[in-house]
Amino acid sequence: MQSPPVNPTLSVSPKRVEPRCVEPKCVEPKCVEPKCVEPKCVETESLMSDFVQAFGLALHLVASFDPELVDIVGRSLYVSLSAVAIASFIGLPLGAVVAVYRFPGRRAVVVLLNALMGLPPVFVGLMVYLMLSRSGPLGPLGLLFTPTAMIIAQAILITPIIAALAREIVRGLYDEYREQLCSFGARPRQMVLTLLWDARVGLSTAVMAGFGRAMAEVGAVLIVGGNIAYATRVMTTAIALETSKGNLALALALGLILVVIALGVNAVAAMLGGASTRRYA
Amino acid sequence: MRWRVAISAMLVTVTVMAGQAMAEDRHIVLASTTSTENSGLLGAILPLFRAESGVEVRVVAVGTGQALRLARNGDADVLLVHHRPSEEAFVADGFGVERHEVMYNDFVLIGPRDDPAEIAGLDDASGALARIAEAGAVFTSRSDNSGTHLAERALWDAAGVVLDGASRDWYREMGSGMGATLNAAVAMDAYVLADRATWVSFANKRDHTVLVEGDPALFNQYAVILVSPDRHPHVRAEDGQAFIDWLLSNEGQAAIAAFRVDGQPLFFPNAGGQS
Repeated sequence: MQSPPVNPTLSVSPKRVEPRCVEPKCVEPKCVEPKCVEPKCVETESLMSDFVQAFGLALHLVASFDPELVDIVGRSLYVSLSAVAIASFIGLPLGAVVAVYRFPGRRAVVVLLNALMGLPPVFVGLMVYLMLSRSGPLGPLGLLFTPTAMIIAQAILITPIIAALAREIVRGLYDEYREQLCSFGARPRQMVLTLLWDARVGLSTAVMAGFGRAMAEVGAVLIVGGNIAYATRVMTTAIALETSKGNLALALALGLILVVIALGVNAVAAMLGGASTRRYA
Repeated sequence: MRWRVAISAMLVTVTVMAGQAMAEDRHIVLASTTSTENSGLLGAILPLFRAESGVEVRVVAVGTGQALRLARNGDADVLLVHHRPSEEAFVADGFGVERHEVMYNDFVLIGPRDDPAEIAGLDDASGALARIAEAGAVFTSRSDNSGTHLAERALWDAAGVVLDGASRDWYREMGSGMGATLNAAVAMDAYVLADRATWVSFANKRDHTVLVEGDPALFNQYAVILVSPDRHPHVRAEDGQAFIDWLLSNEGQAAIAAFRVDGQPLFFPNAGGQS
């Protein structure tokens, strides 16, 4: 209680970060005497030490199963995987339908889907906030500042990505197998299902692209989640918070962990994909 | 048919999740300034309140301007902010029940140690700003309608400096929170106005230091307001009021006084004043 320096969150941070405050003292004389010729090298030096520190911190946080880190990583995965599940559920069939069915305005839909891939997260966050705010149409649900609100925002963000990529992939396959499918007398609905199944390897890339965007996204979840400790804090908002506290090494360490998680998830997907493509070889 | 099943399954899921969100144990949402959260004050005192009352306080830390906006929309139960005119307007407009002063600290003018505008040691904050303007030394501003930003604008007015097109060369509107603005000031060798709590607990000071302090114009009062349950019936008024009562009680005030960073107190309790 006496000196909970900086923040009682992430218990390692104060101890590890303090050395940086000490550093300027020993660097100072160098920089003052020759009228600051070397401030640049001083800066890179301490920035480098941030990197070194970050690696150490990241290892320490992971190795010690820091409870807050576990909480944050778990929530990040829960939110983003749920969003990906919802977005895939909508986006994959949507993309396949747009690829196979012919209807007026199909091109417009394709252009729209492609354009929506670039939706700015803060914009989506703001829209979802206005919907879920107590003063908004869905206010009575009381969803604002909950993980559910974050899932909704991320699902909106990545559904167009998954749908547009799925359309592209299914379209390629459709062009290849159209005649064959027609000769079986397949109806468009059956074609959609068949093509979705046969394109599953390619589609997993679309899903991973969506997942990557969801995990990396900060603007929307910050607005609708509020970055509340132990309630809506995720990896990216924690990184933003630690940066704003000036805990650059800790922020960097969290970033490294996020990268490793993304790598891990993608590696798993690649292995699954590899296993099922071998069949075609 | 299959689609209908799927859609209703999704609706059920959402409803269940919403239900879970509502059924969680007692909590209130506190919209607060970044200074109280980032300095670690709330992290230190909220567990004490929770232990006593069983109420979890969920902190959404944003600038004063955004906090007031959230509260106007009914998205927070209690406000802890620091800009008296906006707070009084909030209560006068019927969005808040009553404004209670809780604690204070002060703003400090921070800059690079070599101090190109030579303001170190001045006891007049607006005089120092006038010198910065005269020297055309880079100044980073929050520019986000936060309490600190509004206080800074008032100081510029007092200094008689007009911030217009001509000031763009040296007056940088960051449009971000205190921490991000401090990071930028450090990187740009710029002057910046910050609240002392955020500065002292800020870990990326590098070569920056406090240059001007102690001017009465730098006084920084924090107040707490319960969002009006008349205006927003869903507000958790009972638990919110309990939190306010606790903050103003001897116990809460003592907890604020006991909070220190590097042995330095960052907030000074002064409950009693209200309007």
